[in-house]
Amino acid sequence: MNNKQKAAIVISEKDNVATAISELKAGDSVVVRVGEEERQIILKSDIKFLHKFALEDIVKEQHIIKYGQIIGETTTHIKQGEHVHVHNLRSLRGLNSD
Amino acid sequence: MELKGYKRPDGRVGFRNHVLILPTVMCSVSVAHSISQEIPGTITVPNDSGCLLLGRDKEIYGRTLVNTAGNPNVAATLVIGLGCELFSAEQIAEQIERFGKPVRHLTIHQVGGTINTVNQGVSIAQQLVTEASTLEMEAATVADLVVGLECGGSDPASGLTANSALGVAVDRIVDEGGSAIIGETEECVGAEMLMAANAKTEAVGERIQEVVKRTEHRLSMYGIDLTSEQPIPVNIQAGISTLEEKSLGCLRKIGTRPIVEVLEYSEIPNQKGPILMDTPSFDALSVTGFVASGCQVIVFTTGVGNPFGTAVTPVVKVLSNTPAYNRMRDNTDINAGTILEGTETVEEVGEQMYNMIVQVANGQQTKAEILGDNQFAVWRTTTQA
Repeated sequence: MNNKQKAAIVISEKDNVATAISELKAGDSVVVRVGEEERQIILKSDIKFLHKFALEDIVKEQHIIKYGQIIGETTTHIKQGEHVHVHNLRSLRGLNSD
Repeated sequence: MELKGYKRPDGRVGFRNHVLILPTVMCSVSVAHSISQEIPGTITVPNDSGCLLLGRDKEIYGRTLVNTAGNPNVAATLVIGLGCELFSAEQIAEQIERFGKPVRHLTIHQVGGTINTVNQGVSIAQQLVTEASTLEMEAATVADLVVGLECGGSDPASGLTANSALGVAVDRIVDEGGSAIIGETEECVGAEMLMAANAKTEAVGERIQEVVKRTEHRLSMYGIDLTSEQPIPVNIQAGISTLEEKSLGCLRKIGTRPIVEVLEYSEIPNQKGPILMDTPSFDALSVTGFVASGCQVIVFTTGVGNPFGTAVTPVVKVLSNTPAYNRMRDNTDINAGTILEGTETVEEVGEQMYNMIVQVANGQQTKAEILGDNQFAVWRTTTQA
C-alpha cells in the first residue's frame, strides 16, 4: 500500500476538522496528516465521502476551521472523531446579518 | 524558472504572438472570421454583442474590446467594423493605439460589402503577420505573468483538490512577483469578510466588501437572495455545511497571500499579486474579462470538464476527480483527482500546476489551444435594449 494513501485529508495545520476521502465507519481508526505530524483518530460516527469529522474535542460556540479559515461555529460540544455538519455547526454570516 | 516572451511597448510581456482580427460588433464577425481563415497566424473572437448596450454596459463593452487587443499575447490588431454599431472600428482602433502596437481598421460600409472588406483585410492581415514574425523573444520571469483563475462545473471535491492545488501554485507565482486574478464575485458571498480581513490595505478590504454588496444588491433586484438559500440541499448532502465553507472552496484558487487590488470587469491591473476582478460566474464572461485585463495564461478548474478555451490566452484545464478526467482527457491538462485517491498531495499537484503554467508560457500548447476552442462574450450587467 502506498504510504501516501489516506482515509481523510486536512488542508491547513490550523484546521480542527478533516475531510473523508473514502466512506468511513464508526470505530474505524484513521491516520490523518496535520502539517508534518500524523494523528490517529478513532471515529465516533460513520463519515461519508467528503464529509467532515472533528480532529479534537471542540466545545460549544467554538469556531470550526477548514482551509485554515473559519467556516462557522459549533452549536454543541463535539467529540474527537465525531461527524461535523449542519446538526452541530452553523454559519456565522447569518448570525451577523440578522 | 526561466521564461521567454515578447516585451510589448507598454512594458507587459506576451507569451504568444497573435495577430488579432477584432470584430467591433456581431455583424462583422463573419468578415473577421473569413480574414482569419485565410491567414494563419491570425486569430479572431466570436463577438456576440456591440449594439444597443445601456449605461455602464457601454463602458464595459468598449473597454473589453480595447483591452483584449491590449493583451500582451496580441502582437497587432486589425479591427473590423460594420459602420452603424455602438463603437466604430476607427474609435476602437484609436483607443488601441495607446498600447503602442500596430493597429489597423476597416469598416464594411465604407469599403463596400463583405467581399471587398475580406480582400482588403487579408492583405492587411498578411502585412501584420509579417511584422509580428520579426519580433524577437526576450528573457522574462514569473514576475511578468498574470494568470487568470476560473472554476466552473465544480463538484464538492473541487475546493479540496483542484482549487487547493491551484492556490499552492498561485502562492508560488505571487512569491516570485507574479500576479493572479480571481473573479466570480457571487462566489465570494459568505467569505468576503475573511477576504477583506486578509487584504493588503484597509482600502482594498473595503472595495472587496463593496463589490460583493453590489452583486448581492443587483441580484436582489431580481428577487434573488444568495445567502438565505445557501448551501443548497445537494451541497449539504455532499458534505458542505455552511455558506462560508462553500465560498472558501471557490476562493482556494487565489492562494493565501493578501489581495492587493480590486478591479472592475476587464480593467488592467496596476498592482502585482493576488487580484479580485468583479465578474459574473458564467465562465465565458468571466474569462473574457480576465483576457482583457492582460492574463497571458488562464487556469480553469472543473468537476466535469469542458471544451472551453480562448484564442488570445491559452487555458489550462484541471479536473477535480479522476472519473471525469478519464472521460474528458481530450480536454484536460491536469488531473487533481489523485489527491482524493491519496496518490498525490495538494502540494504535489500544486507544483505540477506551477510547472505547467510556466511551460505553457514558454510555448507548450494546452489541450484547448490545440483543439481551437475559442469563446468570447462580454458581460452585460443590465438588460439589452
